[in-house]
Amino acid sequence: MEGYNFAYLDEQTKRMIRRAILKAVAVPGHQVPFGSREMPLPYGWGTGGIQVTASILGADDTLKVIDQGADDTTNAVSIRRFFARTAGVRTTTRTAEATVIQTRHRVPETPLREDQIIVYQVPQPEPLSRLEPSRVQTKIMHALGEYGLMHVKLYEDVARYGQVSISYDYPVMVNGRHLMAPSPIPAFDNPKLDRMPALQLFGAGREKRIYAVPPFTSVRSLDFDDHPFRAIRAPHACGLCGATDCYLDEVVVDDRGKRLFVCSDTDHCATRREAGHSGADSLPEAAE
Amino acid sequence: MIAPGALLSARGLALSFGRIVALRDAAMDIWPGEVLAIVGESGSGKTTLLNVLSGNVRPDGGTVAYRSGSGAVVDVHAMPAPALRALHRSEWGFVQQDPRRNLRMNVSAGGNVGERLMAQGARHYGNIRDEAARWLETVEIDASRIDDLPRTFSGGMLQRLQIARTLVTRPSLVFMDEPTGGLDVSVQARLLDLIRSLVARLHIAVVLVTHDIAVARLLADRIMVMQNGSVIETGLTDQVLDDPHHPYTQLLVSSVLAA
Amino acid sequence: MAYVAVKGGERAIDNAHAWLAEQRRGDTGVPEIAPRQIAEQLGRAVDRAMAEGAIYDRGLGALAVKQAQGDLIEAAFLLRAYRTTLPRFAYSLPLDTGAMHVARRISATFKDLPGGQVLGPTYDYTHRLLDFTLEQEASPPAAAETETDLAPMPRVQDILAQEGLIEPDALPGADDPGKPPADLTREPLSFPAGRDARLQALARADEGFVLAMGYSTQRGYGGSHPFAGEIRMGEVAIEIEPPELGFAIDIGDITLTECQMVNQFAGSKTVPPQFTRGYGLAFGHCERKAMAMALADRAMRAAELGEDVTAPAQNIEFMLYHCDNIEATGFVEHLKLPHYVDFQSELENVRRMRAEHEAAAQATRKAAE
Repeated sequence: MEGYNFAYLDEQTKRMIRRAILKAVAVPGHQVPFGSREMPLPYGWGTGGIQVTASILGADDTLKVIDQGADDTTNAVSIRRFFARTAGVRTTTRTAEATVIQTRHRVPETPLREDQIIVYQVPQPEPLSRLEPSRVQTKIMHALGEYGLMHVKLYEDVARYGQVSISYDYPVMVNGRHLMAPSPIPAFDNPKLDRMPALQLFGAGREKRIYAVPPFTSVRSLDFDDHPFRAIRAPHACGLCGATDCYLDEVVVDDRGKRLFVCSDTDHCATRREAGHSGADSLPEAAE
Repeated sequence: MIAPGALLSARGLALSFGRIVALRDAAMDIWPGEVLAIVGESGSGKTTLLNVLSGNVRPDGGTVAYRSGSGAVVDVHAMPAPALRALHRSEWGFVQQDPRRNLRMNVSAGGNVGERLMAQGARHYGNIRDEAARWLETVEIDASRIDDLPRTFSGGMLQRLQIARTLVTRPSLVFMDEPTGGLDVSVQARLLDLIRSLVARLHIAVVLVTHDIAVARLLADRIMVMQNGSVIETGLTDQVLDDPHHPYTQLLVSSVLAA
Repeated sequence: MAYVAVKGGERAIDNAHAWLAEQRRGDTGVPEIAPRQIAEQLGRAVDRAMAEGAIYDRGLGALAVKQAQGDLIEAAFLLRAYRTTLPRFAYSLPLDTGAMHVARRISATFKDLPGGQVLGPTYDYTHRLLDFTLEQEASPPAAAETETDLAPMPRVQDILAQEGLIEPDALPGADDPGKPPADLTREPLSFPAGRDARLQALARADEGFVLAMGYSTQRGYGGSHPFAGEIRMGEVAIEIEPPELGFAIDIGDITLTECQMVNQFAGSKTVPPQFTRGYGLAFGHCERKAMAMALADRAMRAAELGEDVTAPAQNIEFMLYHCDNIEATGFVEHLKLPHYVDFQSELENVRRMRAEHEAAAQATRKAAE
């Protein structure tokens, strides 16, 4: 784009961010402070993810951007356009075709490969933030590996509700050392982070932190031996493709409260339908 | 650096705050399972000594050595911070005068007791909860209160909850700073009884700071008397209280008798 | 029934933005406003956008105000996003506000002082009555002018400093010589945050936030008995020293507002009683901002000066993490982005818990029968 560098950020800034990424990869799950820049999109709308993506993007890359699992949600469209405009890279909605996937709130259902990078947008990188508001204190807790506060929170949940009541942004232990916020993905997606072949990068723009999970790194959701972690999803099949193992969106289809459940991952759902799968609510043409 | 067989030894401790001398060549030893009372009036340096012994305040000079469960002798003030913190949540305990400083007031009684177990790696909810319930009973809190928040507890119950939270991991050394201070006399007596039976049964060494000679007499095997930052007399409790040598100790003991 | 997932995000965005552009222009029967008119006639809006946008350029400021339809936080945001793309080729030398070409200079601590009290263009002492003559185009009569000797006006704190009554200037790098001043636009905030970082954050901070926090110190939440030692507004020269030249060159003048608060301090055993200071500085004519900033700066020095830290304005971490309106507006407004994946997981969670609750209640009822 006229007047701007490739992928918006200047090269010095990209180098600074890449150094932070390298450090983050070297210490899995550790939050690395970085000189987050003001971006033309607002804080909380993906500035961290955008800066990470801008710093790793090359001219040959193919970018996919999703929000809530879908390529066509407004914020995903906006970010995809931003890179199409500032970097001129190829974009795709196909998970398998993408080399870089930027996401908000979901991990694609299609397993990712070693030659792919997934970039998460992170609103709050500090997993202890709701329990301890002071970053000075939480930094000490991470340094000393003192996570008693989080375990107490889980204990209190089980004592009160009979189960851990966290349903998204469910805290994980990375490489057996650092407690990490997986970003507000549903807990259903947590198991996908464990030993994922793709490099996982997390960018928090407003809070100015970058962290990473290198390929094939252990990511364990916190739990108790007698209350093991359970990935929850709506107990239905996708109304469009019939999948029973995917995360579903709930759509209210009329004013009498009728609900329809459909795959949140639009690419996965479309791919399945192309392969001939169909659900109870799919259009007749799509079922053919 | 550490006396033979001792659990914790301090030598030559010195500390000043500006022109105020808080500790002057202070030394002490404590052996496993023993209760040592540090007595003196306010400003004598006893709480400062407790904070230096427990590694919370760094002295200007002198050493504190601790014989850990593994048998290794460690220099408390030369330890890296993570190791010291680990010691504090495993082999050591600290009972504050104000239990609110130690308890998590927005966490249930069971969670408060279970925290140290989880910090040591306990990951079975049922076991943690059973252990917490047992400990509540041990400190005479009805196990049905396990899910209640501490703010619904009386002062005496809060102090007993703090003791349960501290002792649940069976530490070998516990520091106590005026544990019965601020409580009614009748509540105090019950708490003292509880502490005495618990430390005897669990064979816990206790460094106890108190200004109250009666508390020292009831709990302590040995007594250390402090004045102006110096240790002026040490001995078996009965010996020091019945036959005080130092004039200041004599004054201290007689003032209690007179009162 | 058949269902087709919602599509068309792209077209929706295009349409929405077209509508916004149309609304921004408004009724085409009314002449379009030009950035030059905004710069000239809505100067205080431009000043605020520049201060919080952290860039001094009246033309860009006016453009941002126009583009944002007068929404000043949006305007500041546009400026921030622009400034971040600019290369940085030099850092200026410390400004000498003592050499300011003063348009306004008042002190509340001295009735008169060298250089005098200069009221300047101010809303102070105006009656806040809507002036209906402004509904029509009108040229005001020329303001009175007088000769000045252009001698620099000494700063009030320099007058107090002659007697040692006030703490000296905190020079850059005073805590750690050789260390360049903090720059939050390059390095993330970290703690303990030095006064340099705090002042930078406050200078870029939301005027409303700083105003409320400064105000809270006056109402007893961390008060320190402030006096407005001096407020001055005017033009100051910016100098840089290019390494290849080896001497300073003047690259232009900018308008600044500076406030020095004089605060009480009881002294301690090692320090005799002395006035302390809070400092405020803002681009343009932003007097309210500069004054509130000086109160907030002084409040955040509580720990350094051995005072109890009890009030929100004294809590450095709280202040610095919440004063930036670009960060705040982004995160507050991001709540309107879709969260249905997370909400869905909460729905399933609540349903499951309710089902288990109901099953347990039924079991209890059965047992009771």
